[in-house]
Amino acid sequence: MSTLHPIETGAGHGPEGHGHAHHEPGFVRKYVFSTDHKIIGVQFLITTLLMLMVGGFLALAVRWQLAWPWQSMPILGQLFAQEGGQISPEFYTMLFTMHATVMIFLVIIPILAGAFGNFLIPLMIGADDMAFPTLNMLSYWFMWPAIALFMLSFLFGGGPASGWTSYPVLSDIPWAAPGSGTAQTFWLLALTFVGFSSMMGSINYMTTIINMRAPGMTLFRMPLTIWAMLITAILQAFALPVLTAAGFMQLFDRIRIAGLHTCFFFPSGLYINGQEVIHGGGQPLLWQHLFWFYSHPAVYIMLLPAMGMVSDMLSCMARKPVFGYKPMVYSLAAIAGLGFIVWGHHMFTSGMNPALGMTFMVSTIMIALPSAIKTFNWIGTLWGGRLQFNTVLLNCVAFVSLFVVGGLSGIFMAAVPVDIYIHDTYFIVAHFHYILFGATLFGVFGGIFFWFPKMFGRTMNEGLGKLHFALTFIGFNGTFFPMHLLGVAGMPRRYADPYIHPYLEHLLPMNQFMTISAILMGTAQFLLLGNFFYSMFFGPKVGRNPWRANGLEWTAPSPPGHGNFDVAPVVFRGPYEYSSPLVERDYLMQTTYIPPEEGKPHAAPLPVH
Amino acid sequence: MKRFWCFFFIFWPTVAVVACWFAPQMNWWFPYNRGSATPLGARIDDLFELILWITTLTFIATQAALVYVLFRGARESGERALFTHGSHNLEVMWTIVPAGILLFIALYQMDVWAEYRIQKNFPTTTAGTPIIDEPIAEVTARQFEWRIRYPAPGRKFDGPADVQRWLREPEPGDLHAVNDLRVPAGQDVLIYLRTQDVQHSFFVPELRVKQDAVPGKVIPIWFHVNNATYDHELGGVAYEWVCAELCGWGHYKMGARLVAANQGDFDEYLKRLAAEQNDDGYRD
Repeated sequence: MSTLHPIETGAGHGPEGHGHAHHEPGFVRKYVFSTDHKIIGVQFLITTLLMLMVGGFLALAVRWQLAWPWQSMPILGQLFAQEGGQISPEFYTMLFTMHATVMIFLVIIPILAGAFGNFLIPLMIGADDMAFPTLNMLSYWFMWPAIALFMLSFLFGGGPASGWTSYPVLSDIPWAAPGSGTAQTFWLLALTFVGFSSMMGSINYMTTIINMRAPGMTLFRMPLTIWAMLITAILQAFALPVLTAAGFMQLFDRIRIAGLHTCFFFPSGLYINGQEVIHGGGQPLLWQHLFWFYSHPAVYIMLLPAMGMVSDMLSCMARKPVFGYKPMVYSLAAIAGLGFIVWGHHMFTSGMNPALGMTFMVSTIMIALPSAIKTFNWIGTLWGGRLQFNTVLLNCVAFVSLFVVGGLSGIFMAAVPVDIYIHDTYFIVAHFHYILFGATLFGVFGGIFFWFPKMFGRTMNEGLGKLHFALTFIGFNGTFFPMHLLGVAGMPRRYADPYIHPYLEHLLPMNQFMTISAILMGTAQFLLLGNFFYSMFFGPKVGRNPWRANGLEWTAPSPPGHGNFDVAPVVFRGPYEYSSPLVERDYLMQTTYIPPEEGKPHAAPLPVH
Repeated sequence: MKRFWCFFFIFWPTVAVVACWFAPQMNWWFPYNRGSATPLGARIDDLFELILWITTLTFIATQAALVYVLFRGARESGERALFTHGSHNLEVMWTIVPAGILLFIALYQMDVWAEYRIQKNFPTTTAGTPIIDEPIAEVTARQFEWRIRYPAPGRKFDGPADVQRWLREPEPGDLHAVNDLRVPAGQDVLIYLRTQDVQHSFFVPELRVKQDAVPGKVIPIWFHVNNATYDHELGGVAYEWVCAELCGWGHYKMGARLVAANQGDFDEYLKRLAAEQNDDGYRD
């Protein structure tokens, strides 16, 4: 059983209190090649925020072309595009390909697992670091070859241009498109490095969460963030090898090194771009199956951690326990489990056996159920709360509000007959942006504001935070809600100029409105960056627990020193005992010991469902 | 300020609902604000509308509930938050009810899909042969155009093996066209879709028909255009036909047209096509 008396660990005396010169690392070991999970987390966070700007610029270039086709693009166009800033069609295909690639592989996945997972897991479970610190460091540094290769790929034929999905045969045969040559090879290699990075992270997270919890931290006393990180890590570990294998198969199809004349993904008898493909015998659909076997679980990899974080933040800001803790855990697990058997819904019109369409439809529609349960429980958490209307709460409420839209629009796409019409139109673009931006990124914004004090010992500016939130929220809906209507109007995605088709001509003004909203939204992100970097150095200093929260991370100094806790934490209850009648104040930390009253059993309330 | 944020979160769902309500009037709805030109399309539109109603009601209910709890939680009095860890009854209720609705949606879709996509449910022609053995044309996609091949006028297919033979090898009497597919109206027609290079997708928005063209596969698509759009004087009002799967830089410009004609006009068209094709250019 757990020890009731705290043990001095000798570690974690905060930044100013360290008297342990004997193991104090130098600058490079401390801030660059650091094995400390907190530094690695912050490295991931800053890297991904910068990549968010890169991905955002690519998105704005896409939006520019859709609003003012073939007109010279200001600023970015002068730098990259040809012909005096005009976006050529092949440049446009590269833009949306790399926008998706950067956002998915260099922003959303690493910001959740890499930044928040790294920073929060040991702190929230009461461990002094990750199970494998060196592996952890490598997981960050494997991002850089990936970033370098992605950036280098721009130099060849204008960059990879077969979509982030890289469907063969377009991506497989080097002469099928300008970007399908060396650029595509670099893209595949970069993807492999990102995969290594994620895999090292997920092995680490699983081991740490399973083995390194503080005394008393039972599985059902873990914060939902940790549950989400654990489930995400399992998803990653099982799904990622498939993508890696598929990536190598495509690589072998493409490069002609001695003996390697594979043709996994293209059949015989093709005649592409005036040139015959002299062998063949493969199947393009094989790639789609392998790719989506990873990439659909990846959608949940890009969402579940944010769901967990939002649950924690909502509970704290409502000063109320999470409504239905166990259903929240089970629904996370259900989403992850079902997430493995829905990949075929990306392929309803692909020509796969139509009987499969029906089974994939049922599993896909049923995945809306755990999502609905989560939504109801979030609303239940807010219900009857004493809400703190700060930036954190606002971003989390936005998460719930926008996740509902993304979830509901998913039902349209999941219904096979309806999908015949809206497949590959702007409807799907609206759908996944509501999930990946509307839900995940707003959750991330909330998370940045919430855990910033723990990361840097300072708070971010609240007024700027609210302004950033309001502008982003308005800009977001202005950009992405009309996409549903474009989808219903039948506007296909990935068109450099849709308006040459008469049935789409009248949609130009709407697209211009969307682009203006997108520019507003993009500009607002400078507020976040400014706020972030300014507050890092000049924000007001705070103590250990500025939000009066319950989790273990708030018992450590802000920022925690090497080794995290000054006393090894012992856990007596779940993390959501806000407004508990057992104590006067409205929070009851996981480490607070309440002696049993006379004649009563030991008062260590576990969260009940 | 708290009230302001409650208003903020009610504002956008309201705008969204109003925008969707007026979307058809603003011409932001299905192409040309018309119903679909095929029975399949009409049924897809019905299913779309059914899901739209269910999701709209859910959307309004959840957003209203969200703003309600925000509004209630914004009160200024110093009272503590409600201390509750959840409700078993509520959890059971909001698991079973959505599960029922979702299962209903899923099962309700099956018929349309089965009828139009499962090959053994494909219709038969008026003569009684399976439609899969009576293709009207073969469509071959390539970067960045659609090539159409009709069997020679009067060519009768003698069972599946004969169709396969025709698909494998062009025949001397075949008629060819580019980016212009004519089909007879008012009857079930079937085309075979293939590609010579990368993936493409056959998408005719007004017919609600979409099918990817996959290298190495020859995929049958059948549809039924209700009314003829072809007019002798005007040359025809055509359905726009585009590509819906990224196929390279020219993906966006892979536009073509599909014209439905009365049987007589269709035969006439093929005859004219044959005449053009067999014309050696020599004039007396």
